[in-house]
Amino acid sequence: MNAPLPTEPNADEGRIIKLAVLAVGGQGGGVLADWITDVAERSGYLAQSTSVAGVAQRTGATIYYVEMCRDLGRQPVFALSPSPGDVDILIAAELMEAGRAIMRGFVTADRTTLIASSHRIAAVSEKIEPGDGRAPSAKVLATAENAAKRFIAFDMENIAAENGSMISASLLGALAGSSALPFARENYEKTILASDRGVKASLAAFAGGYERAGGANKQPGEPEPFAATQPPPLTPPLKGEGDSPAAASSGGLARLNPAGPRPLIEGWQKLQARVNSYPEPVREMAWRGLQKVVDYQDLAYGAEYLNRLDQAVGLERAGRGHALSIAAAKHLANAMCYDDMIRVADLKTRSTRDRRVRREVGVAEGSVLQVTEYFHPRVEEFCGTLPAGLGRYIESRPKLAAFIDRRINRGRRIRTDGVAGFSALWLIGGLRRWRRKLLRHQVERAHLERWYRLALDHAASDYALAVEILNCRRLIKGYSDTHVRAQSKFDRVLSGLPLLAGRPDAADWLRRLREAALKDEKGDMLDGALKTVASLDAGVPTLH
Amino acid sequence: MAERSFAKEVEKLRLGAGEKFSGEGILAITKALLECGVGYVGGYQGAPISHLMDVLADGQDILGELGVHFEASASEATATAMLAASVHYPIRGAATFKSTVGTNVASDALANLASGGVTGGALIIVGEDYGEGSSIMQERSHAFAMKSQVWLLDPRPNLPSIVKAVEHGFELSEASNTPVMLLVRIRCCHVHGHFTARDNKRPAMTVADALSSPRRDTGRIVLPPASFLHEKEKVAKRWPAAVEYIKSQEINEFFGPQDARVGIVCQGGMYNAVIRALERMGLADNFGETQVPIYVLNAVYPLIDDEFLRFCEGKDEVLVVEEGQPNYIEQAFAAMLHKAGRGTKISGKEFLPMAGEYTGQVMLDGVSAFLRQAAPQMLPVQIRAPNRTGNADEITDLAAIVPGRPPGFCVGCPERPIFAATKLVEQELGPHHIASDIGCHLFSIMPPFELGATTMGYGLGPASASAFNSPDAERRSISFVGDGGFWHNGLTSSIGNAVFNRNDGVIVIVDNFYSAATGGQDILSSRADNRSKATKHPITEAVKGMGVKWVRHLERTYDVGKMRDTLREALTTEEKGPKVIVASSECMLNRQRREKPLVDKAIKGGERVVKLKFGVDEDICTGDHACMRLSGCPSLSVKSLDDPLRDDPVAHIDQSCVGCGNCGEVADAAVLCPSFYRADLVHNPGRWDRFAERQRRKVIGWLQGWRERRRLTFADA
Repeated sequence: MNAPLPTEPNADEGRIIKLAVLAVGGQGGGVLADWITDVAERSGYLAQSTSVAGVAQRTGATIYYVEMCRDLGRQPVFALSPSPGDVDILIAAELMEAGRAIMRGFVTADRTTLIASSHRIAAVSEKIEPGDGRAPSAKVLATAENAAKRFIAFDMENIAAENGSMISASLLGALAGSSALPFARENYEKTILASDRGVKASLAAFAGGYERAGGANKQPGEPEPFAATQPPPLTPPLKGEGDSPAAASSGGLARLNPAGPRPLIEGWQKLQARVNSYPEPVREMAWRGLQKVVDYQDLAYGAEYLNRLDQAVGLERAGRGHALSIAAAKHLANAMCYDDMIRVADLKTRSTRDRRVRREVGVAEGSVLQVTEYFHPRVEEFCGTLPAGLGRYIESRPKLAAFIDRRINRGRRIRTDGVAGFSALWLIGGLRRWRRKLLRHQVERAHLERWYRLALDHAASDYALAVEILNCRRLIKGYSDTHVRAQSKFDRVLSGLPLLAGRPDAADWLRRLREAALKDEKGDMLDGALKTVASLDAGVPTLH
Repeated sequence: MAERSFAKEVEKLRLGAGEKFSGEGILAITKALLECGVGYVGGYQGAPISHLMDVLADGQDILGELGVHFEASASEATATAMLAASVHYPIRGAATFKSTVGTNVASDALANLASGGVTGGALIIVGEDYGEGSSIMQERSHAFAMKSQVWLLDPRPNLPSIVKAVEHGFELSEASNTPVMLLVRIRCCHVHGHFTARDNKRPAMTVADALSSPRRDTGRIVLPPASFLHEKEKVAKRWPAAVEYIKSQEINEFFGPQDARVGIVCQGGMYNAVIRALERMGLADNFGETQVPIYVLNAVYPLIDDEFLRFCEGKDEVLVVEEGQPNYIEQAFAAMLHKAGRGTKISGKEFLPMAGEYTGQVMLDGVSAFLRQAAPQMLPVQIRAPNRTGNADEITDLAAIVPGRPPGFCVGCPERPIFAATKLVEQELGPHHIASDIGCHLFSIMPPFELGATTMGYGLGPASASAFNSPDAERRSISFVGDGGFWHNGLTSSIGNAVFNRNDGVIVIVDNFYSAATGGQDILSSRADNRSKATKHPITEAVKGMGVKWVRHLERTYDVGKMRDTLREALTTEEKGPKVIVASSECMLNRQRREKPLVDKAIKGGERVVKLKFGVDEDICTGDHACMRLSGCPSLSVKSLDDPLRDDPVAHIDQSCVGCGNCGEVADAAVLCPSFYRADLVHNPGRWDRFAERQRRKVIGWLQGWRERRRLTFADA
């Protein structure tokens, strides 16, 4: 606008403060709006709140709207819905809802204080992609910084969870702490005290939000308390998760030595020495991969891994940033650690797993935990766990395979807190030492060899393409049918290779094919992309 | 048991004269009914008037003390038909339902009621669910008032105005022997505000009094020749009486200066938005002092010719602000001006959109466009020639990022596994024609399920598949109907129709023990004990009574395998005629509301309680998200692992999980992956629990130790 309109005679006195709350259904946006109305009325203001409740509440995006005006003895005419460009305070109970508020024009640089919780609640569309379908948070944060007059963002969900409360309480705290409303802190607290349930927890969460937001309430120009340069996690951390061993080792190369019998430790150190001989940029991934592979099988498997990796390292070329070796280190490890019954049984019977489950569930002293696992083996898994010859024998006889399948193919609930269930899995996990002789291993190994050879063979002619071929391993995941579908996508992506080889942008196209394959379940996007690739090729003169 | 308890709010219904009432619009209407001496109230739930029904249900003690009868009607038609009690008796009655789905259902009764006319005041409160966030089609209630010739009030959206409108509504109804509709828009129903209460009044005649001295008057019954006379009476007697009442009681309001070249006419419900638009243009203040004259129609039908013509006197142009289409009011006013030979120009939909909700921005754009043309000299320069501001580029970028968030099934919803099973059956047998119905189960049309092709009305799911009944068909149709829709009208319109016409399709009745989508009201098949209503009438019995031979009943929808097998059987069985599957499990939202406090109390009290939760082994999950494509549960989400070897986020179940079991069942039925586990946490375990636990842990600990001593163990593996 050109200039402020001279419409408000006694500007501040009779001014209507407009506040909108954008929340996801179930977050308690209605409670927050009621609280804000109550605080306003306690503070000598007239207030009106409205919402569109009903079916839209159930996990959908919902708007609550409050207007407030100092009580001058006359009833103002309050509006019933927020208007773009006419909102003083916008509270977003989730980061993408802040983005939605900006899109709808409710956040403007001339007046709006935007208070947003920086945590994410993934929408269904973000969750159902086979790859990573999550919306990038950084862009929303950056836009919000420009779009709002003031932007206050931090993880208010976490503050609420830490205090055993709901986000409505920490949001109210952030609102109070921001001083965007001319109300005293005690009026907010009186409002919470007057509510029925969870008063203590709500007050604690309120205080948490108040203090974090209060930091923003210093001098103009000082940075607001938002430090979310990294996309925040989509789910709140569980209590105590912060001090898990995984977190302790996340700071780069702070390597803990494994525990175990002395000969194995010595063997490990030898392998580690081999990793240390690699160029510096490769070491981190190689060390991670080695650890995964040894953990999966044994030291000899680790040596096998490094032998394969040596080939990639040997093909390295200057000025490429060791991309080939790093990709090889990563995807070789994943390929060698395929998910079979032995792997699952082994992981489910470890003491570390036991501890993690207890931590996630939050088992208090004196409670008893019972854990039920959901298995559904089929004849394919059964054969994979047989010696290769026997497994092939059965697989090549459909009637026999079907007969066995009828006996095996059933959902099985196994209690791993019970001796019988645990022992069964423990025994299956113990099959590890014979894994190399089993059918699944042979199949996986052959597949790995083909893929790895294909990649390395391209390294000399098209280094970038070789890296992308390695990266295609990302496509292979899941169990049973999902795994079969993933395999097929992998094959279809690589089927584009003959069309691409020799093109200067081959690597880029292969990457695009892979990304398309991760977009949907059936691979419709991939089929489209493959058609595009085929048409590309048609544009190039060929001999037939 | 309704989703929300109004026990506390109900106390506000007892406020006496001079006391300050503070609360939601819908509650204010309830209080106003009692202040007007209403004798009976009924209705059918649905946003935005569900809370009115819930308040009445919770307030039955107060109603009882006053001698007011309350009825939770079976449908909107039932509610309207109930107003027949005001035909012969001077008893005030009120019915309430959602519009326009409710007015559609009620229109037969409405027509009959309007024809014979009423003696006691009959008020129909319609909650208009229009515009943003509406779950129904966009139609106007106005048309129903016009075609049945009942009067329509549309008060300004603040509590004192609504309360006044209730009072006027009864009086207008009695003065003109005509039922009156009171329209309240969705935001107005949920608006928080205040008004000064009056004492509640006992009805002058109760329904009990009426029953002990019955009356009848053939002249009020809709049968020739009386019905022909009603038609004349409507125009000759009732209409003029209504006009006279509206004029004399000054139901419509005038604001702003007498003399001006332009003016605005608006529906009462639009008044606040009009004032805000003028205020933003500098032509009004916060308290409604306006420089542009406004004629507010708190009664939008009938319109008062001379009031309007007087308003137009001396004005060059008048803008009609009328939400929705067709623009009945604008047309009527144009006709009035034309017939009166006036030169005032009338505008409306040229400046305001023909369709859609008139939100703040729409109103600002419309009114300012009108004034820029009709009276530019009134406008400050900023409005006459505004600069464009804003961050359009960034917003375009965000549109590509911010995901849509349509409503969906709640955490632990028992309807989710039904649709997971349907998806699995379709993977085996191919896609089918699926007819949906109204209710939470309609969320099946959204990702991740994407099931369902049509929705034709409440309880009409199976009816809407009735054409798909062919001896040549290779596949059967599948239709869904909820328990709410089933009792509302599905039993006859859908089931009875399918039996009679020998429909060969599959009908799934989603039974979650409540009318869940409207807030969890009890219905005939509810399993709860209800103080004043008869519950626990099995749907299966009703269906069999209708003549369905093939009926299957699942008492636990979470058994995805069984659900899938039953569906498969229904789709492939040789048996002819409708195949009905009743899938029952309690609405999780209501169940949690009921059970959670009890469980918490039991744990605190030292009782043995088992609590369930599901989890995902993150090192077993491969991040393919197949489980989420069969779930969409808010508690099942994705998280990044702190592991550079893993590119894609893995599944994760957060603390909101209620342990419904869908994850595990789906993983099993769809043969997905073994990463799900169920954790049963036994609080306050007994002595035997603890003993057994100790022994088990000894053995397990020994086995773990044996293996871990023989291998390398990585701290973060």
